Amino acid sequence: MIVLQAMVDGLSLGALYALIAVGYTVVYGIIQLINFAHGEVFMVGAFGSMTVWLLVPGQQLGLWMLPIMLIGGMVASVAIALLMERVAYRPLRNSPRLAPLITAIGVSVFLQEFVRLFYGRIPGFPDAKANVTFPTIEGVTGTAIKLGGLDIDRPTIFTLAALIVCTVFLYLFVNKSRIGRAMQATSQDPDTARLMGINVDRIIMIAFAVGAVLAAIAGTAQGMMNTNINFKMGFIAGLKAFSAAVLGGIGNIWGALVGGLVIGVLESLATQVMPHGSAWKDVWAFVVLILILVFRPQGLLGARVVDRA
Amino acid sequence: MTQTATTDAGTPTELEPLLSARQVTMRFGGLVAVDKVDFDVYPGEIMGLIGPNGAGKTTFFNCLTGLYKPTSGRVVFNGALLPPKPGRVVRAGVARTFQNIRLFANMTALENVMVARYCRTSSGPLTSIVRGPKYRREERETEDRATELLDFVGLPEVAGNLARNLSYGDQRRLEIARALATDPKLLLLDEPTAGMNPQETRQAEELIFKIKDRGLAVITIEHDMRFIFNLCDRVLCLVQGRPLVLGTPDQVQSDPRVIEAYIGTGAQEADGQVGRDA
Repeated sequence: MIVLQAMVDGLSLGALYALIAVGYTVVYGIIQLINFAHGEVFMVGAFGSMTVWLLVPGQQLGLWMLPIMLIGGMVASVAIALLMERVAYRPLRNSPRLAPLITAIGVSVFLQEFVRLFYGRIPGFPDAKANVTFPTIEGVTGTAIKLGGLDIDRPTIFTLAALIVCTVFLYLFVNKSRIGRAMQATSQDPDTARLMGINVDRIIMIAFAVGAVLAAIAGTAQGMMNTNINFKMGFIAGLKAFSAAVLGGIGNIWGALVGGLVIGVLESLATQVMPHGSAWKDVWAFVVLILILVFRPQGLLGARVVDRA
Repeated sequence: MTQTATTDAGTPTELEPLLSARQVTMRFGGLVAVDKVDFDVYPGEIMGLIGPNGAGKTTFFNCLTGLYKPTSGRVVFNGALLPPKPGRVVRAGVARTFQNIRLFANMTALENVMVARYCRTSSGPLTSIVRGPKYRREERETEDRATELLDFVGLPEVAGNLARNLSYGDQRRLEIARALATDPKLLLLDEPTAGMNPQETRQAEELIFKIKDRGLAVITIEHDMRFIFNLCDRVLCLVQGRPLVLGTPDQVQSDPRVIEAYIGTGAQEADGQVGRDA
């Protein structure tokens, strides 16, 4: 039973990692950049939905607030992601690979500090130097649902449902739409794509935006799971999601989803089943990362690029 | 013979050129790859571009497609200066194929052609998610058009195959279908028959004539002289980036300078066998 319970918790955690991991992998698939600031996009998403909640008067907790918060989170994440692409990465498009990578780390630190220092300065907003309590929205937070001896947390249901919906949309978007085809083409051969009339800059922006949308959903989900958010929540979650993307095969969207779930379940199993497991909670994702880099660097589903996406 | 341009308006000689290059020069550091090339192409004309390896033919193509910005000189297409960005050149109506096949290897033949419709369609990311009626109509039109083009180049039965699994000749034809999907007025073919057997070459010839019948102008780079002289209305021979001879196939074929450029001085061969292996 404890194993089964751990699996359920792990799936929820994994869905979270998967949603974030897509952002790493989509961007990598198109421009071969590991956007280490993507964890901060996730964090900004959480703060975005928090902000919207604060702006709606009366501390509303009805379920109807959830879509509004999600949209708020998405707007914040997408704005930040597009801004960092435009300001920090595009000028470095043709420089050596190391330059944008280091820039990404700089952007990451900048965003963390920016939120830490300035969020609380907005009148009526909580200080973000410590944990900020996340609103407990009815229906998706609160007492767990009992199902034959298993406790299924309500945020778990939300996160898994979000993952499923996102997967369906991603599939349709990448494989069955004009923009998706252009993304695949760009990832396989940007120069030729350009010569076929594809606006590669625009495709890159869309890749960043897609990752940001999913990261915002993940950020909101994490807020509800942990009942609080903070400025450095994106750091470790981002690194784990990155490991998930590598596990699945970086550049491969479906790989990121699978990798996220695998890492989530593994982490949860190891934490709950092993004695003193929780002390080692943050280790497992990186053990997996090292093992996969040594034994199967192309990842579970292979494919260095978005390829069959 | 010089101007067999067959459009509905006016006598051929009064036609405005579709593309005109004036003094186009491309320099890479000290190397002058293309040196003051003047060049006109009229609507509905097939133009050949020949020259020994390294003569600057592909570089010249790159100048015509926005991949390179010529160091000096200018290219006017369809009455306007050629924009400096490949994407905008495609939109203006210039499409090309490549010397080394550059298909999107992991997409199907049909998808490869559909991708090229990108510049003629408009649905954005949000429409792609919402999938309204306009989006669905556009997707259907894109697919119909792609299917029609695969038919046109003779590949109807491989639509669902990944591009990388197609035979070499089929890949070449798929590249042409993909280029046509951008609705060009001018098609640039970079060695369309390289590596083809004689039968495939003949099919390629037929295909290019069919493309011309659609009213497109074609410029083709090729080393197979029989192919060039069968196909082209006019031929330009480049040597070391400089235009050597421009004229009808007959003129170029019998020009001693062309033969010299290909097989060196002292050669007496002048009967059109100017070496496909040159």
